[in-house]
Amino acid sequence: MELFVFVVAAAMVLGGALGVVTRSNPVHAAMSLVLTLFGIAVMFVSHNAHFLAAVQVIVYAGAIVVLFLFVIMLLGVDKAEDLSVEPITNQRPLAAIIGVGISAIVIAAIVSSRAGLGASGEGVNETTFESPDANIRQLARVIFSDNVFAFELTSVLLLVAVIGTVVMARKTKSVGTGK
Amino acid sequence: MSLMFSLAEPTSTWYLVLSAVLFGIGTIGVMVRRNPLIMFMCIELMLNAVNLSFVALSSQIANIDGQVVVFFVLVVAAAEVVVGLGIIVSIMRRRTTLTVDDMSGLKG
Repeated sequence: MELFVFVVAAAMVLGGALGVVTRSNPVHAAMSLVLTLFGIAVMFVSHNAHFLAAVQVIVYAGAIVVLFLFVIMLLGVDKAEDLSVEPITNQRPLAAIIGVGISAIVIAAIVSSRAGLGASGEGVNETTFESPDANIRQLARVIFSDNVFAFELTSVLLLVAVIGTVVMARKTKSVGTGK
Repeated sequence: MSLMFSLAEPTSTWYLVLSAVLFGIGTIGVMVRRNPLIMFMCIELMLNAVNLSFVALSSQIANIDGQVVVFFVLVVAAAEVVVGLGIIVSIMRRRTTLTVDDMSGLKG
């Protein structure tokens, strides 16, 4: 059963990722991104990270992708772009070599350090099985005790991002004529 | 060295390998695509790959801190997308095409 879930979710993740990279229409790429994000959310659930799975669906698939689609529609770039030309000579083979190389190096590191990770499947967080909301309780306890300062800083970060975007996206005309 | 994956249950090594592959695909996308929106989506792919490995290792070593890090990464990713899309919208006010190769106004 675990294997079946992993295979289906991995197919969703990789298929969506390939779709994002290869699709010429930005709207299709955004839809492929949703597929990938849902696959990741399924994997979070299978790791008993229920809160993060919910946040993944709400924030990523719900908010960020909708924001992407808003911008795509707003700018009117929802036309398929021509992917047959390479802007820089040999760009795609070089990019493929670098990307596959990064993956290969990381996979080699993972495989060689597998013993240190204890890949036997033991050590799964037992406390998350106690009750249905154990994951959320545990996460909240850590966030609001050890990481409360970082948590407050993220609220400041979000405020700065919102104000900065409003200032940046405002029409330049209104800045010239004053408020 | 044989991998000795047990076929009954996927271990966290499988998830880590999957996240490495996902990160590689995102890297290729950032380097190949010329549409800044698609490049942003590929950056999201890379962030999600790292999130997946954080969660896999968090449940592997029975420590909730990895999930806390993923929580903060999600918040920062949301802020990053908001600011980045704002920049793209304000650039598109002046230009008609949406290609990163055309955005060379700050080049020395």
